[in-house]
Amino acid sequence: MTYVSDVTALARKDLLLELRAKETLPSMLLFVIAALTIFHFALPHGTSHQAALGLLWAALIFTALLGLTRAFVAEREQGMFDALVLAPCDRSAIWLGKTLAVLAFLVAAEVVALPAFAAFFSGVDGRTVAAVALADVGIATVGTLFGAMAVAGRARELLLPLLFLPMAIPIVIGGVGGYLWFLVLYDAIFAVLSWAAFEYVIAEV
Amino acid sequence: MVRVRLSALAAACTGLVGLALALIFFVAPTDADQGFSQRIFYFHVPIALTSYACFGWGAWKALRYLRTRDERADLESYVAIHQGVIFGALTLLTGSIWAKASWGVWWSWSENQLVLFLVLFLFYCAYFMLRFSVEPGPARANMSAVYALFGVVLIPVSFLAIRLSQKFIHPVVFTSHGPQMTGSQFFVFCVSFAALLTLFATLYQVELAGKRLDAHVRELRELLT
Amino acid sequence: MISARGLAKRYGDRRVFTGLDLDLAPGGFLLVTGPNGSGKTTLLRVLAGLAAPSAGELRLPERHTVGYLGHEPLVYRELTPLENLTLFGRLYRLPERAERIGMLLERFGLWEVRHERVSTFSRGMQQRLGLCRVLLHEPSLLLLDEPYNALDQQGAELLDSIFDERDLDKPRTWVVATHEPQRVERRATERLAFA
Repeated sequence: MTYVSDVTALARKDLLLELRAKETLPSMLLFVIAALTIFHFALPHGTSHQAALGLLWAALIFTALLGLTRAFVAEREQGMFDALVLAPCDRSAIWLGKTLAVLAFLVAAEVVALPAFAAFFSGVDGRTVAAVALADVGIATVGTLFGAMAVAGRARELLLPLLFLPMAIPIVIGGVGGYLWFLVLYDAIFAVLSWAAFEYVIAEV
Repeated sequence: MVRVRLSALAAACTGLVGLALALIFFVAPTDADQGFSQRIFYFHVPIALTSYACFGWGAWKALRYLRTRDERADLESYVAIHQGVIFGALTLLTGSIWAKASWGVWWSWSENQLVLFLVLFLFYCAYFMLRFSVEPGPARANMSAVYALFGVVLIPVSFLAIRLSQKFIHPVVFTSHGPQMTGSQFFVFCVSFAALLTLFATLYQVELAGKRLDAHVRELRELLT
Repeated sequence: MISARGLAKRYGDRRVFTGLDLDLAPGGFLLVTGPNGSGKTTLLRVLAGLAAPSAGELRLPERHTVGYLGHEPLVYRELTPLENLTLFGRLYRLPERAERIGMLLERFGLWEVRHERVSTFSRGMQQRLGLCRVLLHEPSLLLLDEPYNALDQQGAELLDSIFDERDLDKPRTWVVATHEPQRVERRATERLAFA
């Protein structure tokens, strides 16, 4: 199964890069705590748990954006797309490896964010945790694809949020409402679409 | 040949739009509940449907581009989506006016159609940001095509999400039992829809022709230098 | 190895080159000259299969038999030489890659620093690592874009010796773009000059 081996090698590479650079993950962790703090001050007294939960989702989406913006920066700045594209591996393996790494960062950020939220506001139930996990898949798959697009353009930090946020709206709706089946549907549809579309997106970056 | 078709199309468009306007304002029966302002419905819903048609056509051309790598398909996709955003903005505008006339508010989050168009409007405006941000060439065309396809898949997914997110108080137009409109209302609606589709087709051809001319001029300029 | 007729490449309205004909036999050495910005890099990318031609016919070998060295050495700066080459070794499905990697690193004088991050290297060392990456999978077609630009003295001599290598399992075909052709002039079997 060379495809699996390719994906593993690429995902390992991405995790290793982050471990060395130590830029993305610490920023995400700091950002999510800072965002939750701001949200505490932004909410008036006696706000319902529902409202606070909604802001958790906002914090998660924006934290994810922070991570996604950095996803392909190494490839872009060091021209690595050329080297990867020439290798015999399937181009979708590049996407899958990167997506798995992004997923790992998202989970790591949420391992910090969810307890922080529980401490700052109120408890988080199992349904929310499941929803966050499912949402992560959707965010990572679509976000990685769009991250590759954004990195080809000029104003990449501006472009990625614009491209990604409309796609994130159904995720937030599914998450806040606890519609787990909807999140599964979203993930299935857009994961397949992203997997298939990636080779076109990096065809001539 | 194309010029003849375009003028015929434009003539048909003018005729249909004129007819539709006449019908909307003079022939359609006044609604018992909402009065005169209900007539906005004959603009709002067909404009929304036309907008979907624009995005659908844009996605189809995007698929053609990915298959054939023909730059013309990329241009056609771009023009269709451009029209779609214009019609989408009009949908938001007419929807807002209708909301004001019917319920006294400029915006209502419980209007599923309106909220969906807001999401789509944001999505397809980002399409243009993408195009402006990347140098012209195969890379930009590829990415635009992929994004256009994502958009069209997003339409039903978003609609489902928005429905889930709220109570449904938008006056139901089409139900599984057929349109809740009287015969004459349905007729006016169809004429209006036909008029708007023709308008899209005309504007699409006009813009396409203009952009192709632009490209030819630039090509000539390049060859002469 | 490579055959092109009426090859053209443009980005939107910007035409880089048109009407290019080319035949490169296996074992040949194509020298591409011209000032910076004249289109050499674009041609090399097209010949490497990284960019599709806008017009014309092009026949290329399979992409995994191609090695490409661009202006950048195309290695990950935050990884070590060993990690970089191991990654590409796996992606190119090389058998016994550890041996081959070790051999290349030795030859290019990078064995001692194999566990240090590429970001700590000089430009010359990075370019030498780039050459290792290019040669790793024993390609039969190698495209080098301004290779001497970033190479230090040691690297340049190594490259010369690589050019001169014979008695290989399969002959190497070269495409080298440079705006200072003196160094490789004598090896060239074909020439292409960009204005």
